[in-house]
Amino acid sequence: MIPPVFEYLRPATIPEAVSLLQLHGDDSKILSGGQSLIPMMKLRIARPAWLIDINHIPGLAYIREEGGYLKIGGLTREAELEESELIRSKFPILHDTSRVIADPQVRNLATIGGNLAHGDPANDHGATMLALEAVLIATGANGERSIPIQDFFLSIFTTALEHDEILTEIRIPIPAARSGGAYLKLERKVGDFATAAVAAQVTLDAGGACSKVGIGLTNVGPAPIKAGKAEAFLRGKKLDAQSIAQTAQLAMDESDPSSDLRGPAEYKKGLVKELTKRALTRAAERAS
Amino acid sequence: MAKHHIRIQLNGVEKEADVDPRLLLVHFIRDHAGQTGTHLGCDTTSCGACTVLLDGRSIKSCTFFAVQADGREIMTVEGLAHNGKLHPIQEGFHQEHGLQCGFCTPGMMMSALALLEKNPEPTEEDIRWGISGNLCRCTGYQNIVKAVQYAAGKMQKQKGAAA
Repeated sequence: MIPPVFEYLRPATIPEAVSLLQLHGDDSKILSGGQSLIPMMKLRIARPAWLIDINHIPGLAYIREEGGYLKIGGLTREAELEESELIRSKFPILHDTSRVIADPQVRNLATIGGNLAHGDPANDHGATMLALEAVLIATGANGERSIPIQDFFLSIFTTALEHDEILTEIRIPIPAARSGGAYLKLERKVGDFATAAVAAQVTLDAGGACSKVGIGLTNVGPAPIKAGKAEAFLRGKKLDAQSIAQTAQLAMDESDPSSDLRGPAEYKKGLVKELTKRALTRAAERAS
Repeated sequence: MAKHHIRIQLNGVEKEADVDPRLLLVHFIRDHAGQTGTHLGCDTTSCGACTVLLDGRSIKSCTFFAVQADGREIMTVEGLAHNGKLHPIQEGFHQEHGLQCGFCTPGMMMSALALLEKNPEPTEEDIRWGISGNLCRCTGYQNIVKAVQYAAGKMQKQKGAAA
């Protein structure tokens, strides 16, 4: 399949990319990994007249701990996240997430910035970032601004990014000691989008109760869902079979899946409940 | 649509062309460079028949524009054999009957090469994960896994002999 005609631009800096976005307005789109955008262009669902390739802008791909945050550059490839020893050992929920995105070839190009900015409710990083209470850094004409993740996803394919802003950094508060998280995804086959997926992150206090809890849901609504009621219920309680089961029930009630090729809505809701239970159990194990 | 002048290293040989931005890399490789070993299977980023190596990393060339590859190195299946001698991966697919119709095979071999260069002693699970972006309708993957295991062994032996 062939995309419609477009012009290709390759800015050398972020300010240059931003001015190109301003100049060409809604006819322009950023090309990051392209693993969501190019398929849409080939199907002619997306038809940007100007494609702004940011892959040659230096300094946008990094993974580092700084000032109490794990900071990840927007152009960091999913493969880099999957292969990072720092992430595997200290942020296993993020390792869990990156490795189930598509397949190895797609992960070599797909970027975490693109995954979030694209705003597809089926993309995996959204739920994990909601569970981790991440902060996103958007760079536009007026410099940088911070967007808390709970304010980021507005609706399907719609985020809080202005048209002339680029998602340049993801900041994750480094969890305290006795924290653990997990991301569990059910897919029909390897490489598929989630039938449903759940991200769970907990911090335990000295008595073994949850001082912090974050639960995010993938592909069971028009945007990634923060299961706030489930979180509020679990906060302050010990993690045991009973509390986990009730939390899972609440998370299920907060999901809003549609029936489609991946299954009926009721099935997906049941899946949310089961995956929440398993993700919380794994998170608790990792927190101990 | 303005044409872009691009220079791509394809299997060690420089290729230059003036291309439309919307030309997919797979079409550049097959039609402009005449290297038809890379196949177009699904055209929807699913099957991996179009897999090539970009600066050593496996990518799906149907989901990448030729203009993006300007100044970079591409390796395709045609780059595996050296001076008429089969690469251990090709030898493995031959010895272990890792193909039937052969349509997925070039992409499988490129994914296998990327895997083995990163992980020279993969477990079976590593191999299955490493080729998880490549679909095969004929073999049921069993002999493909064996082919990659054969290649891993052969490549380790060659490394040992060269040391």
